[in-house]
Amino acid sequence: MKEVWVYIEQEEGKIHPVSFELLGVAQRLASDLSGRVSALLLGYKVEDIIDEIFAYGAEKIYYLDHQVLSYYRHIPYVKGASELAKKYKPEIFLIGATPLGRDLAGGVATHLETGLTADVTELSIDSETGQLLMTRPAYGGNIMATIVCPHHRPQMATVRPRIFPVPERKSSIKGELIRESVELHEDEAKVKRLAFIPKEKAVNLEYAEVIVAGGKGIGSKDGFSLLAELAKELKGELGASRLAVEAHWIGYEHQVGQTGKTVRPKVYLAFGISGAIQHRAGMQNSDFIVAVNTDPEAPIFQIANLGIVGDWKKVAEALLFAIRKERSTDG
Amino acid sequence: MLNILVSIKQVPDTTNIRINPDTGTLIREGVPSIINPYDIVALSLAYQLKLRFKAKVTVITMGPPQAKNALKEAVEFGADRIILLCDRKFAGADTLATSYTLAEAIRFLQREELFDLFLFGKQAIDGDTAQVGPGVANRLGIPVITYVVKIENLDPIHRKIVVHRKTEKGIEVLEAPFPILLTCEKDLSPLPFVPLENILKAQRAEPETFNAEGPLSFQRDKLGLKGSPTQVKKVYTPELKRIGKIYNLDDVSLDDVVSKILDVLRERDLL
Ligand SMILES: Cc1cc2nc3c(=O)[nH]c(=O)nc-3n(C[C@H](O)[C@H](O)[C@H](O)COP(=O)(O)OP(=O)(O)OC[C@H]3O[C@@H](n4cnc5c(N)ncnc54)[C@H](O)[C@@H]3O)c2cc1C
Repeated sequence: MKEVWVYIEQEEGKIHPVSFELLGVAQRLASDLSGRVSALLLGYKVEDIIDEIFAYGAEKIYYLDHQVLSYYRHIPYVKGASELAKKYKPEIFLIGATPLGRDLAGGVATHLETGLTADVTELSIDSETGQLLMTRPAYGGNIMATIVCPHHRPQMATVRPRIFPVPERKSSIKGELIRESVELHEDEAKVKRLAFIPKEKAVNLEYAEVIVAGGKGIGSKDGFSLLAELAKELKGELGASRLAVEAHWIGYEHQVGQTGKTVRPKVYLAFGISGAIQHRAGMQNSDFIVAVNTDPEAPIFQIANLGIVGDWKKVAEALLFAIRKERSTDG
Repeated sequence: MLNILVSIKQVPDTTNIRINPDTGTLIREGVPSIINPYDIVALSLAYQLKLRFKAKVTVITMGPPQAKNALKEAVEFGADRIILLCDRKFAGADTLATSYTLAEAIRFLQREELFDLFLFGKQAIDGDTAQVGPGVANRLGIPVITYVVKIENLDPIHRKIVVHRKTEKGIEVLEAPFPILLTCEKDLSPLPFVPLENILKAQRAEPETFNAEGPLSFQRDKLGLKGSPTQVKKVYTPELKRIGKIYNLDDVSLDDVVSKILDVLRERDLL
């Protein structure tokens, strides 16, 4: 039976949400191929998360448990994943396009001498050929390219977080756990972690429910203070276009788009953002998009669910006022 | 002495790319070619290391004949030896074929001298794959550290390096022995001040050229388009279809639009 593999990215026994997103899309691909979804889990003493992986749709889990895998390192992780892929020959192998996932994928594809498509944003099976169609932005997001890998297996792709929704969790479902072993040695890992410096203030843009975003049209750093108040009021995060980041009005960790984060909040509020293709690439999967822009021709209005032609500041101030008023009458 | 290899790519400046709206194809005319910005960081780092330690810097690129200009520019950054991999048979390579070609050339160079440090950009801005650096490292059988943001310590005597690597959750401080391949993030090294002498040297510099015939031999079926498992099936510009309602504040009151936004938030339990 053809297998669609999903690499489960975990750090210290915490699964990266992109792995669940991939289990979701893998179910669709596997059913088109009349195949099954299998997960590849590498780590050290991470049994606790196995049920979680089944609950999100894996029918099989290949689990490689080894002390050398206690934290991510290129050489042992690549070796473990490559050996198992050689043994079981999956048809498709999906990995999250995170810093760790991209690092891993480049090594594994080289060992398997197969094709790897980076940063994919659309996946489907060609009904005629049965090949995986992997679509991604190219040339700085100016165009989209659909890539195939006809003669080599597995067909490998790294997939952007937040492109696909997290599938429904079905806690009762259990699959088959296969414990694997691959010979690994500490001294062949070469690289050693001496310390870890956690991010001071994590901006959780990718998984925020509300994003209040500003662009060049905000006009100044002060403008972002107003948006920050609005974001705080809505328990959301601040987003920005690249031009706003380049103007130093806000940090890069807030950038949404092709070269920033991909987001899919329940509501995305875009103030003074034109909606260039590279920005849209990062936010067009939002559930609901509100756009405020003085230019009725701005491309952002093409994808907005609610568009307002007018000055961003008037709208933002009135909205903030209205929310506060509503809160005070409620409570 | 520290022996450094830097691998660079000439790319179209994607900030200036335009698309022909009728055909959906790239307009290449007038798009300048530049050294991939992350490779500039790698070159800058090599230059800084050269100032601090005794070092020799070899720069390699694969590309069309005009990629020679990228190598000449590398001489401004202190490159001692520049090598162009140029052949029609190399063309159309995906990341697997690219890493094969580069790794074979590096292996050939290593018959003469071993490199301690391999510097690559974290990714090239035309393909944005970040796959070639790890690919080359795996082919050469050396460790790789991607997304390096800082060199904390480099010890040429004990032949090891301590670097900072950026992950989603923070910074990993990693130690590795030579040889090691690093892929460079934007902040890793500032642009150096280039002395006039280097600029003059760069003008006169000519790269050594390797092609599919020599000086080393390649497995033909691993080169270029033929050696590339991935194929581009289709290229297109996504179509936009207007889906929502647009209100103009010239026609509708501010109160009205604000209450429409509040409705959207309220329906989704966000208020
Ligand atoms: C390789 C590459 C990668 C890129 N990656 C990204 C990326 O990840 N993210 C990203 O965002 N961009 C990215 N870009 C840049 C992108 O092409 C656009 O330049 C950028 O998104 C534009 O930002 P903006 O909308 O803030 O600015 P502009 O395009 O200048 O738009 C400003 C908007 O504000 C409106 N405005 C002005 N005043 C007001 C007012 N008072 N009230 C309301 N509206 C007002 C204007 O009508 C205009 O529509 C990338 C570009 C390239 C080439």
